[in-house]
Amino acid sequence: MERKIEEQELNNPLITTVTSEQNGRTGSVLLDYLKCAAVGLEIDNISRSFGDNHVLRGVNLNIEPGETVVILGKSGSGKSVLMRHIIGLECPDTGRIFVAGEDINDPEFKRNHVLAMVFQSSALFNSLTVCENVALYLREHKILTEESRIKEIVSSALEIVGLQGKEDEMPSEISGGMKRRVAAARALVMNPDVILFDEPTAGLDPMMTRTMGDLICDLKHQVQITQIVVTHDIDLAFYVADRIAILSEGRILEVGTPLQIRGSTNSAVIDFIKPQFE
Amino acid sequence: MAFFRTTGGLLGLFIETLYWCKSAISNSDKVFTQLYIIGNQTLPVGALIALFSGGVLALQAGPTLAQFGLEENVGGLVGLSLAKEIGPIMASILIAGRVGSAMAAELASMSVYEEIDALKTMDINPVRYLVMPRFIAMVLALPVLVIYMDVIGWFGGALVALVNPEVHLSLDVYYRNLSELVNFVTVVNGLIKAMFFGVIISIVCCYVGLKTKGGPREIGYSVTKAVVMSFVLVLVSDYYITRILLFLNID
Repeated sequence: MERKIEEQELNNPLITTVTSEQNGRTGSVLLDYLKCAAVGLEIDNISRSFGDNHVLRGVNLNIEPGETVVILGKSGSGKSVLMRHIIGLECPDTGRIFVAGEDINDPEFKRNHVLAMVFQSSALFNSLTVCENVALYLREHKILTEESRIKEIVSSALEIVGLQGKEDEMPSEISGGMKRRVAAARALVMNPDVILFDEPTAGLDPMMTRTMGDLICDLKHQVQITQIVVTHDIDLAFYVADRIAILSEGRILEVGTPLQIRGSTNSAVIDFIKPQFE
Repeated sequence: MAFFRTTGGLLGLFIETLYWCKSAISNSDKVFTQLYIIGNQTLPVGALIALFSGGVLALQAGPTLAQFGLEENVGGLVGLSLAKEIGPIMASILIAGRVGSAMAAELASMSVYEEIDALKTMDINPVRYLVMPRFIAMVLALPVLVIYMDVIGWFGGALVALVNPEVHLSLDVYYRNLSELVNFVTVVNGLIKAMFFGVIISIVCCYVGLKTKGGPREIGYSVTKAVVMSFVLVLVSDYYITRILLFLNID
């Protein structure tokens, strides 16, 4: 794992500034609260069709505990559908998904493992404040009953995503980038085994894109949480990934470290990752 | 096929909602929030509608009854009509139009913008979190709204019977006749209907909202669908509930 990070750092000039920013970040209350036991994930031959549209065609992917894997692909390549299968919102036609060796569709699975997802649309509840959105999971499952402790955890999570002091604001009062970060804070307080990001930088300006990238790197370095990031943002992919999986027309074309992907001889991969404007 | 799918879906949601009623006490804050929303949206309009509905009943029936020297029966006619039929139907239409449409729109918007999916990923059952509080609040609120509208409607009828020169009935005569014909069972008849209508409206509006897929246009379409479906089911079921209540002598 460390080797992979070093490998990435060598190839990413941005990482040095990120690391200095990370060190400035606090949120230690949440970091103490997170009891992340990094787990691995295995996607075994997943296929899914919607009518005649074969969206996923036998996807296989193994993700190591604590690894950050980016699933990169064009719009419509099946990335978000694959993500919805991993989180359990969709059932595959064939194939299975295992987290720490347990099938995610097993009724016992949810008792043992928590998977959290940061949606592309943020999916915050508009009738709840930022604080209530982040605290929702803790309150509904009565994980914490002491209100002061809940507020402490929520504040710490918001601090980690750089939104301290925004607790009482409504989702309608904050920007799209802030919403995405609130959604990330909401996912974090779930104390997840795996966290999934669906297009975390879609529609964000370069500064916000950078902040989301930093957040994913922070989680990787500070919490060693297993992360899956679905994106078509090539810069982000090479910035945060331990490994990159290229998804095209419902199939995984290639999986490898950022270095391996850059050195790929597969013409489809080369076409996809080459700079758009030169 | 769509008819059977919708019927099955409505029944399934109803059964699941009944199951989650077991957690009503621990979710009482959500139920009270919904009760507040329903009260806030319906009480002022409900008063206005009931006042004029009672008034128009007295206005229409009073002169006709007076032609036959039966004007003292205006109180009973207005009282019975409101308690057994017009009160529950008016309250249901008001609730479906004001509250049901808002419920359908809110849940449809939550479905379209992935908030329902977010709940599922947090292992929070959307039926427990969203449908059950709305269901309980509506089933409790609708009978209360019916009593409220009955009383105001009776008063509207009394006012028109008093000031209309063709009827000119004193309040004393009006209310005496009303109390002779409208008894506890009559009011209960209307309240039982209101409870059933509350079940229908809440389940229909929540079901249509939760099943919404697409974008903003589909949200609007869902709201229309939920309200129309609620109106139709309330009016059709009114006939069958009345038959059952007559059969059970709750009249």
